[in-house]
Amino acid sequence: MSSHTITQTTYQQQLADGKLMASHCPACNASYLPPRPMCPQCFGAQMEWREMPTHGKLAAFTVVHIAPTAMIEAGYGRDNPYCSGIVELENGLKISAQITGVDVSQPELIQIGSAVQAEFLQREAGAFLAFEVIE
Amino acid sequence: MSKKKLSRGVALVGAGMSKFGAFPGLATRDLFVEAFQEMLTTIDKGIDPKDIEALYIGNYSSDLFEHQGHTAPIMADWTGLAPRPATRIEDACASSGVALRQGIIAIASGLYDIVLVGGIEKMSDLPTAEVTDTLATASDMLYEIPAGFTFPGFYAAMGTAYMHQYGATPESFMHVGIKNHNNGTLNEKAQFGATIRKIMDGKIAKAEAKGYPVPDWADEVEFLQDNRANPIIAWPMRLFDCSPISDGAAALLLVSEEIATQFTDTPLYIIGSGQASDVALHDREVLTSIKAARLAGQEAYEMAGVTPADIQGAEAHDCFTIAEIIATEDLGFFAPG
Repeated sequence: MSSHTITQTTYQQQLADGKLMASHCPACNASYLPPRPMCPQCFGAQMEWREMPTHGKLAAFTVVHIAPTAMIEAGYGRDNPYCSGIVELENGLKISAQITGVDVSQPELIQIGSAVQAEFLQREAGAFLAFEVIE
Repeated sequence: MSKKKLSRGVALVGAGMSKFGAFPGLATRDLFVEAFQEMLTTIDKGIDPKDIEALYIGNYSSDLFEHQGHTAPIMADWTGLAPRPATRIEDACASSGVALRQGIIAIASGLYDIVLVGGIEKMSDLPTAEVTDTLATASDMLYEIPAGFTFPGFYAAMGTAYMHQYGATPESFMHVGIKNHNNGTLNEKAQFGATIRKIMDGKIAKAEAKGYPVPDWADEVEFLQDNRANPIIAWPMRLFDCSPISDGAAALLLVSEEIATQFTDTPLYIIGSGQASDVALHDREVLTSIKAARLAGQEAYEMAGVTPADIQGAEAHDCFTIAEIIATEDLGFFAPG
């Protein structure tokens, strides 16, 4: 029976504390990001929290001009586009995040493979994971 | 995957479709009745609609698009088929394809002999931001949407990964849009029914007529590269890389193989079908291919006993131009890249 220790709510609180946490299965020695309450390989439920590296590289991206309501409320949209992407962490796990430190007016210059570093954005709606391009 | 077969044969004997477009004032049911009525006229030897035993209706999100849940029984009622069992199938972009598969499975199981399969969507009542929100609910609301991803954004991200891996450019994608708009002119029910060239010439003519500066696009690609004519939705996907916000419906009649010739001398037999699921984009090993499409294709090919080389015509999913490129590779028509 799951005791519901690995949840999105807790993950979100950890983001607010400036930590990127995954769940780890001791039996498989595998980590999962986003964190899962059950290991999808061995179906084990003895999952533990494990802190993730904050550095990685950009694996894919887009610059969004037609934004969803939540991002419009955060000040983005047609006149203020933003970059979203998928980051591969140093340990190989991948995660979706907003990408900062890029010139969204020149998306053709944004490089897949660029080194990125986690940052934790605080907005009215809560804490959001982002990665800043640092090279 | 083991080689699986249908327990008994299934045939397609009728097909109808509404016009596709943006139709203020028309509800989903109106479009489905239009498709249903046309479907009835396509059955060579006719059918008494009362002989239809069950409905499988593909629909992504009437709940959010029209604030209407429990949509399938309404479709049964409005086509005069209540109280027959009516089931809605939701599987994002694949909803109607999966409804077809469920209809096939229902007949192959022996439970029914005559099944109506529908596909319905009425998207145009919502403003664009809310359509964007609704489409985005097909992704992971907890872990993908907080990153700012939209549905065009996911395919755009696959697009940048594809460009990085294979050296494609935004122009590579534009050629898919040019081809597909050409194909659209062959279908009188298509939403635009105009080539990119015709749309471009129309804008030039309009500028001339109104005395505005006349754009100097040399060809379709220059037109598609122009931010004003073809705004960015989620780079590298621009407006004409994206399927439009559409209203429309389709209806198919499936029957068991044994009775197919009661309806037509030329039934189309279903010889293969496949389906698979996939994980969030960030959990995929590769970002330039869709594993579910590869597995579903393999399953269908194995069931049918054919290979990609045997296929003479295909309609691949092209919600975005990059989607069609990836689909044609995953279905084995082209090598990756």
